[in-house]
Amino acid sequence: MTVRETSQGHIPENAWRRLRRRSVSERRWSAYTLWAGVSIILLATVLSLSAPLLGFTNPNEINLSEAFLPPSREHLFGTDDLGRDIFTRVLYGGRIDLSFGVITTYLSLVIGLILGALAGYFGGILDTLVMRAVDLVISFPFIVLILAITAITGPGLYGAYIGVLIVSWALYARLTRGEMLALREKQYIMAAQTLGFTTWRVILVHSIPNLLRSNLVFSMSDIVLNILTLAALSYLGLGVAPPTPEWGAIIAQGQKYLFTAWWISTLPGLVIVLVGVGFSLVGDGLADRLGANGGGGA
Amino acid sequence: MSVLLYISRRLVQAIPVLIAVTLIAFSLIHLVPGDPARVMLGARATEETVALLREQLGLNKPLATQYINFVLNAVRLEFGNSLFLRAPVGPIIVDRASNSVSLLLYSIVVSLLIAVPLAMLSAVRRNRPEDHMVRLFTTITFAMPAFWTALILVLIFSLRLGLFPTSGLGQGFPNLVLSLTLPAVTVGFYLAPVLLRSLRASLIETLSAEFIEAVRARGLSERRVLFKHVLRNSLIAMITVLGVNIGFLISGAVVVENVFAIPGLGSLMVTSIVARDYPVVIALTLVFGVAVVFVNLLVDLSYAILDPRIRL
Repeated sequence: MTVRETSQGHIPENAWRRLRRRSVSERRWSAYTLWAGVSIILLATVLSLSAPLLGFTNPNEINLSEAFLPPSREHLFGTDDLGRDIFTRVLYGGRIDLSFGVITTYLSLVIGLILGALAGYFGGILDTLVMRAVDLVISFPFIVLILAITAITGPGLYGAYIGVLIVSWALYARLTRGEMLALREKQYIMAAQTLGFTTWRVILVHSIPNLLRSNLVFSMSDIVLNILTLAALSYLGLGVAPPTPEWGAIIAQGQKYLFTAWWISTLPGLVIVLVGVGFSLVGDGLADRLGANGGGGA
Repeated sequence: MSVLLYISRRLVQAIPVLIAVTLIAFSLIHLVPGDPARVMLGARATEETVALLREQLGLNKPLATQYINFVLNAVRLEFGNSLFLRAPVGPIIVDRASNSVSLLLYSIVVSLLIAVPLAMLSAVRRNRPEDHMVRLFTTITFAMPAFWTALILVLIFSLRLGLFPTSGLGQGFPNLVLSLTLPAVTVGFYLAPVLLRSLRASLIETLSAEFIEAVRARGLSERRVLFKHVLRNSLIAMITVLGVNIGFLISGAVVVENVFAIPGLGSLMVTSIVARDYPVVIALTLVFGVAVVFVNLLVDLSYAILDPRIRL
């Protein structure tokens, strides 16, 4: 008997193969959202990485004679109380926020995917341990757990990384474990087992590609959440400390001047929203194409 | 299964999670690098005061004894003294809890007022322009940092229009409501997109259910079908969605309390972390964790009442 001759008649398609092949009915809408999202993210990434090449050299350059200038052609987002150019600060802030979002999200995806797959595949004590840990993480409001962790590590980017990682692997693990339970009963997995493939091969080669789908879709909302969390921590004075340009920190610094210089706080926030919308659109596009529900989050 | 059996089984299930929550809160102070008493008091404190605090906190005793004492005290809401406010932690938390609870309840109302009508519109007019507009709204509000939304609302409604106070809490019920409005709207916008997505999905599922077809076939008006049958059957979904996202809701409120300087538990948590006031941080971590476990328990118990199938 070969693997293909199962009673279900077909092998579920690999997530990557599905991504490349579009179904006709979904083509239009998902194409719009996916490419709009990709463009926004690419634009933000390229701009913040190439800031020095574009002439935005120093985000911390103080120029008191140019303090509180409203947005203009020279200062797209205006200047702050020290005469620093807000747009330059936002570009450099993007390096911190975007890398934070991507790194925390995909590290926790890998951790959660592996733990969830193992828990779902083997069951037993491993399953109980992993799922109890998940329950525990989920039973705290995430910001409270992250704040408690910064109370241990002290304020700063390092604490934010640790805190977000400890919290966000759990949703991937729960999502993956649930799908692994269903997958384990699929005939092609049983066939792979019957053929005497090693357990590692069954998990890595035959299961993980199929478990990736929902995880990838969910990861897009997770990037948004993680960027928002870092910004919130910095806003609260527990994340990135001034004068380092970080989106939340810039908004916090402008709060005092909200009435007189509205641009300091509002415009960097718009950038956060735009980037977040970009990632969400990619998530929607992926969900349409991969035919997967992000499961959890929004 | 009778309701009582269901309830008691669910209560028993909550116990290990509660124990784990207390373990996390308890271990916080021991995870801080260095001697906890020294960390709390800072480098300038003398050796005697450090030894005294160590004695007061019971840090000399074995870990197991410390943990048992911690839990026994926590049950009586005794968390020691705040190092910064120089007062017992329990009463401080009790005092401030009501402000946080008011904000949370108000926020739930606002977020439902935003999410339910939009979810209905989106589900009924599925894949039409209205649906796309609602989905765009969801995507945008999901990406808005709560503290930024708060500042925008303050800028418009407090600073320009002068309708609401910029921060703090008013005295007396009308002023209290007035001063909690912008914070609640902020949290409402934070929670609404999360509720909206799940509600839309559940409404779409209900709309295509066979019993809805049957009701339609009986010739009831579309409005009657929608409000009487679809919405009622989505009530359980609504409660589930709220229950699942209670942690998300509290997270939003914690941040927003700080923006509006509301004397609640969230602002207390942040000031205590900055002041390295560990007894307060530990107590609040425990209180927030227990609150979420408790709400989830209530949600599950409410199924027993709302959904007769559970009793079978």
